Amino acid sequence: MSVVARNLCVTFDTPHGPVEAVRGISFQIGREKVGIVGESGSGKSLTARSILRLLPGQARMTADELSFDGIDVAQASERAMRRIRGKRAGLILQDPKHSLNPVMSAGRQIAESWRVHRGGSRREAMEAAVDLLAQVQIRNPAQVAERYPHELSGGMGQRVMIAMMLAPDPEFLIADEPTSALDATVQAEIMRLIEELASERGMGLMLISHDLPLVSHFCDRVLVMYAGQIVEELKAGELGRARHGYTQGLLSCLPSLSHPRERLNVMQREAEWLA
Amino acid sequence: MAGMMLDVEDLRIRFGTLEAVRGASFAIAEGESFGLVGESGSGKSTILRALAGLNRDWDGTVRLAGEPLGRLRDRAFFRRVQMVFQDPYGSLHPRQTIDRILAEPLIVHGFGDIDARICRALEEVSLPAAMRFRYPHQLSGGQRQRVAIARALISEPEVLLLDEPTSALDVSVQAEVLNLLTDLRRARGLTYLMVGHNLAVVTHLCERIAVMSHGEIVETVTAEDLRQGRVQHPHTVELRALSLDLAEAQGQGGESDLSQARTGTAP
Amino acid sequence: MTDVSRAAHASVSRRQWLLDPSPGSRRQAAWGNAYRRWLQFRANTLAMIGLVTVVLLIAAAIFAPLLATHDPSAIALENRLAPPSAAHWLGTDDLGRDLYSRILYGAQVTLGMVVAVVVLVAPVGLVIGVVAGYVGGWLDTLLMRVTDVFMAFPKLVLALAFVAALQPGVTSAVIAIALTAWPPLARLARAETLTIRESDFINAVRVTGASKGRIIMRHVMPLCVPSIIVRIALDISGIILTAAGLGFLGMGAQPPMPEWGTMIATTSGFILSQWWVPTIPGVAILLASLAFNLLGDGLRDVLDPRQE
Repeated sequence: MSVVARNLCVTFDTPHGPVEAVRGISFQIGREKVGIVGESGSGKSLTARSILRLLPGQARMTADELSFDGIDVAQASERAMRRIRGKRAGLILQDPKHSLNPVMSAGRQIAESWRVHRGGSRREAMEAAVDLLAQVQIRNPAQVAERYPHELSGGMGQRVMIAMMLAPDPEFLIADEPTSALDATVQAEIMRLIEELASERGMGLMLISHDLPLVSHFCDRVLVMYAGQIVEELKAGELGRARHGYTQGLLSCLPSLSHPRERLNVMQREAEWLA
Repeated sequence: MAGMMLDVEDLRIRFGTLEAVRGASFAIAEGESFGLVGESGSGKSTILRALAGLNRDWDGTVRLAGEPLGRLRDRAFFRRVQMVFQDPYGSLHPRQTIDRILAEPLIVHGFGDIDARICRALEEVSLPAAMRFRYPHQLSGGQRQRVAIARALISEPEVLLLDEPTSALDVSVQAEVLNLLTDLRRARGLTYLMVGHNLAVVTHLCERIAVMSHGEIVETVTAEDLRQGRVQHPHTVELRALSLDLAEAQGQGGESDLSQARTGTAP
Repeated sequence: MTDVSRAAHASVSRRQWLLDPSPGSRRQAAWGNAYRRWLQFRANTLAMIGLVTVVLLIAAAIFAPLLATHDPSAIALENRLAPPSAAHWLGTDDLGRDLYSRILYGAQVTLGMVVAVVVLVAPVGLVIGVVAGYVGGWLDTLLMRVTDVFMAFPKLVLALAFVAALQPGVTSAVIAIALTAWPPLARLARAETLTIRESDFINAVRVTGASKGRIIMRHVMPLCVPSIIVRIALDISGIILTAAGLGFLGMGAQPPMPEWGTMIATTSGFILSQWWVPTIPGVAILLASLAFNLLGDGLRDVLDPRQE
């Protein structure tokens, strides 16, 4: 299983002419944990969505190659894409409040997702759902399965979302800012959970985030995106050795508890980064 | 307490049967910058909203420069105390130009010389004059938050309530906005009360920090104590450890113990 | 040649002035915003058809005395129920009156009623809805119960009962339609206000120290106006139909006034023999209500704040 992109571009048609949001990026992700880091508008989410062909209607995607386990994503039929989406590749979004069905209990949503991909009776599916909730380290899974999304805290909702994505036993997991809506302590727990599950199950993991230090903790390598391009690739433990000005800027503009500064460094954006 | 700009004693805020804030007390000296740190639901933003008069269901004593405040806030209060909201995408009126948004406080408080004041306010937050007649949707997140700060400062308040002013922004923009807030405080001698969930961000701007958990202030420490690890409450210790771990990843790149952080769950 | 190029240059620079991303004055910002809306509206063909038809209708009503070929109430019994001809473009009715001229004057009556209803209804619905929504509490309960009472009756039945109680005529019809038309507007304005009231940008205005009245008038109401305009534009077709319906039932405009509904009522007996006589006012009603409907749909796409 591997995801390959060569010269991937995503363009939006606007009244003022086309705007390139992703400008010819290439990468290959196997059964490993890869972080994609960048600021809003860097094209990181569009890159992830291109893999599942879940781009907004006005977006046009082109690539020399874009494949999921050998399947050409650009050419595949809608039916073939449905077999990938949700089943072979899961997508975890930022805010579980928006991605969960508000009128269905957590357990039933997971059970539905399980049944769609595996069949079986309702009872079996419900048992599987409770089991999955236990796997995402919810202590009282049977009780949580009965609850509706509005009765869940942010962290709990995200666990339910992850359990739902795990139901079809995917080979690849895309997490798009999975913890940005969560508190710092919960953030670490959820990241750790995603990382552990990916390692245990041998899944490929693509972690999209704006938080470079956080992502580098949980990934094998990190791709840094700026203005639609990958400007640098780093091994997780080597953030300190970042060479590109943008990566260095991202790291140095963070306030730090251990190294207080009167004024923070401000990123000076160089024109050549856009080249 | 005398000499205190903002003095809060035993503040309790209730939503129906739920007691969101259970007796919070703190005092902020004139020109001081004070931070409230906690997770969502800890009651930190609730305190800020009650102080700003957006929530009237509170008990306790709040004094502004020695004067006790009632439930209803008058216009004179808003001359002295202003607020910056968390989400710059939601806190600017979508159908008003920046000009109109900045003019509003000036009209309400009967300032003259509106044109010149708006131009000066834009300059103060480093926004080009060309932005003046644009609509919020034509601005980036960082520019919008600068407008929100300009709006809060245009009526020349003494106290600024900051509700997670940078949590909706990219880190590079966050640095710019934090620097702006640092500069403005020094230039105008402002008193800040800042709410946030990111310990490093709040500690950067504030000299003293109160850590909140489940509606209570569990510990109040100085920024220096926090840096040196002179903290007692387990919640403070945990927040500090998380923050330090992430900080370590930036620079040294060494193995840190966040990967061994507790993975237990909330009940 | 130079004149042409100068004119072209002037129009180009005016366009640039309007579309300038960083306008230099309040006026330029407002005009630019309006121009962008217009460009968006213009791209919608159906809405443009609606707009053009509405403009033509208004022109027909205003210039009816100039456009009419005959006196709309001149009776010519020797020439009754004539088919369309060079002398009578749309034929004549049962009393030999020129149908084309009567349709033009009928536009005056119909659009007059529409304008009267809108002027009565829009401010009432907007103010009641926004105040109820913003202030809340017992005032909200009171205002909304009153609204419910008016909404509980079927529109036409309430209008009929009201006209029957007064005396049939255009004024009564206008009042009756107005009575039934404001409650949905108040409901809409209230619903909009409830979502706006809790938003941070209104909290931000509260924190500036602005009074309740100022917040309602200057900040909440302007945001409700677009959806009210859209709703009214869509409602106008209903108003036209109700007005015609009342006329048809003898409860609205009275003969010999050339009101479209009344015209159908008085000539409905000829539908089988001289079909065009009752059909022509029917087509006028259809076109007018359709035009307002298309216009309303187009306005919704441009003005609805949720679409941004």
